Amino acid sequence: MDPHVTDPSAPLKGKPSKKAERQLAREGKQQIISFVFMIFLTSIAFLTVASDTIPNRFAIPFILIIAAVQVIMQLYYFMHLNERGNGWTNIMLWTGFFVAALTVATLMLLIGVTKY
Amino acid sequence: MSNAQAQKSVLWDWLTTVDHKKIGIMYLVAGGFFFALGGLEAILMRIQLMFPNFDFVTAQTFNELLTMHGTTMIFLAAMPLLFGFMNYIVPLQIGARDVAFPFLNSLGFWLFLFGGVLLNLSWFLGGAPDAGWTAYVPLSSEYSGTGIDYYVLGLQISGLGTLIAGINFLVTIINMRAPGMSMMRMPLFTWSSFVASALILFAFPALTVGLLLLMLERLFGATYFAVDVGGNVVIWQHLFWIFGHPEVYILILPAFGIFSEVLSTFSKKRLFGYSAMVFATLIIGFLGFMVWAHHMFTVGIGPVANAIFAVATMAIAVPTGIKIFNWLFTMWGGRIQFTTANLFAIAFIPSFVMGGVTGIMLATSAANYQFHDTYFVVAHFHYVIIGGVVFGLFSGAFYWWPRMFGYKLNETLGKWFFWLFLFGFHLTFFVQHFIGLMGMPRRVASYLPGQGIDELNFVSTMGAFLMSVAFILLVVNVIVSVKNKSEADPWDGRTLEWAIPTPTPEYNFAQTPLVRELDALWYEKTHGNGKIKAAEPLDDIHMPNGSILPIFMSLGLFLASFGLIYQVHPVTIIGLAITLGAMFIRSIKEDHGYHIHKEDIKKEEGVG
Repeated sequence: MDPHVTDPSAPLKGKPSKKAERQLAREGKQQIISFVFMIFLTSIAFLTVASDTIPNRFAIPFILIIAAVQVIMQLYYFMHLNERGNGWTNIMLWTGFFVAALTVATLMLLIGVTKY
Repeated sequence: MSNAQAQKSVLWDWLTTVDHKKIGIMYLVAGGFFFALGGLEAILMRIQLMFPNFDFVTAQTFNELLTMHGTTMIFLAAMPLLFGFMNYIVPLQIGARDVAFPFLNSLGFWLFLFGGVLLNLSWFLGGAPDAGWTAYVPLSSEYSGTGIDYYVLGLQISGLGTLIAGINFLVTIINMRAPGMSMMRMPLFTWSSFVASALILFAFPALTVGLLLLMLERLFGATYFAVDVGGNVVIWQHLFWIFGHPEVYILILPAFGIFSEVLSTFSKKRLFGYSAMVFATLIIGFLGFMVWAHHMFTVGIGPVANAIFAVATMAIAVPTGIKIFNWLFTMWGGRIQFTTANLFAIAFIPSFVMGGVTGIMLATSAANYQFHDTYFVVAHFHYVIIGGVVFGLFSGAFYWWPRMFGYKLNETLGKWFFWLFLFGFHLTFFVQHFIGLMGMPRRVASYLPGQGIDELNFVSTMGAFLMSVAFILLVVNVIVSVKNKSEADPWDGRTLEWAIPTPTPEYNFAQTPLVRELDALWYEKTHGNGKIKAAEPLDDIHMPNGSILPIFMSLGLFLASFGLIYQVHPVTIIGLAITLGAMFIRSIKEDHGYHIHKEDIKKEEGVG
């Protein structure tokens, strides 16, 4: 019997198939591209703060947006949420995010002195 | 791994069990006890309100009664009773041998029980909580006694149990379905339990946070809600209702699931519009998160905010209406059997619609200023909770009793129970609409004579007595019917749970079933030989070992709560040490479970 049924962390035996090899190569390329892209995003964020010409009222939302992009890339490319079999994880993650965002946004709007 | 479990005493077996069926029964017993307790509190309140200026209980006791009635009924009766059915039935309906995490299942139950006991001990230790089940600040943070500490910590502990149970059901339903049981072949009770569990997962954290803030405020002098140092009391209301509104759907959705099963079984028809029912359930769950501020229309959050929440609330009537019509069309042209279970399901439809109509009235935010905090609100939510949830629980009890306990409840006594309860319920709460419209506020300990509400209050109390008599009849029924042995499939059922021999073996299915269609058993009855096909050869079955640790984990938190309430911190530390120690033992102790051999299974199943 395949040892991975009882112990998923058991070491792989033998050579991977041609298909698995191609898959690994493709994933490796994807990971390097997204890694470079994320370094690029990080340096943009740094430049935004470092440069005096960019006003804060633009810099803060801009950095927040690229931070969100980075989190999503991290989840989908490095933590493999984009692979098959993660449907439920995705549904639960985004539902939770949606509920939390709705709650926070409403509280920010509704508990202040201003009435809407 | 040992081959078979050693014979143990019955008590030890129940205390350590991780079997979803036994835990389900324990949920039912504990929930039934708290249901009776909450009912008793209701009766005491109704006696106090029977006559104007009556002196049956003091105003303080009345406040404690109304708080404990609401808290007990929601957290310690309705939810555990539903969990009882979910625990017992959901794994059977999806063809699983147990829930995904049997140990956590047991932990969830014991946390709930210890939390509930803690809450109720407040009656004997300085007075029960008295700020309403909503425990609005600053009443609960600055003007209440130790009762509120019991409320905060008791609910925190039992809420932890609920959250654990909810996650367990989610994982079970996603991962443990039998071959062929796709999501769109799941029975509707399983579907609605699934959506309710998702609501638990997303709604309970709001309650946890709210209770934590209140605990820090009361026990450690924090000032989140203290206005004079920049706090804000409305935060509590938001947090409470962000949890509290989904909570209503956590209660009603599994009940909807029960009605769907019962109506389809006793109409001898497939559920009308199955996919629309699933879709409506999901929509209700989704919208349930966007309407909480309709509990706060009169707080003063502003006209635009009120209007948005009013419209969102009314939108929920659409998927609910879809469900009502689907139930009606399920019965349409069916061969309807008027068993007690089905009587409750049929009576549910008009009763719940009445609660829905007053719900739309209350959702009209301008009119809500008139209805707010009157008996009209009390009438509305009792129509929804009793007419929906409690009818669902009784219907489910009569329907699944043969499966769970191996005997059928007496139908004659059951019908007496049904009619008495139905009349008692409408007598109690229908008049309360008018009491409310005439201006009687809710949560008051007494009222003055000559305002035109004396007779109506008297009628309402008579209805409450009728409901108590009905409940006693149910208890009598449970006892006298014991000899009324039932076969495995007494109702000519449609779903997998009726394919198992009775009493249900502890491994549920000797062979994992193969599901070929929605209503799996009915499909085999009409297209096959009436027996569910097996998806695997008969083999040894792996079972989890029981454990006493869940009780110790819960007991530790229970002790720590006393330490916190009375600020005796050595006790707090000892309690937490017990809990963490039990968790440590659980982590390092290897436990592989045991096997039931196929020879023993053959013997028990009576084959080979």
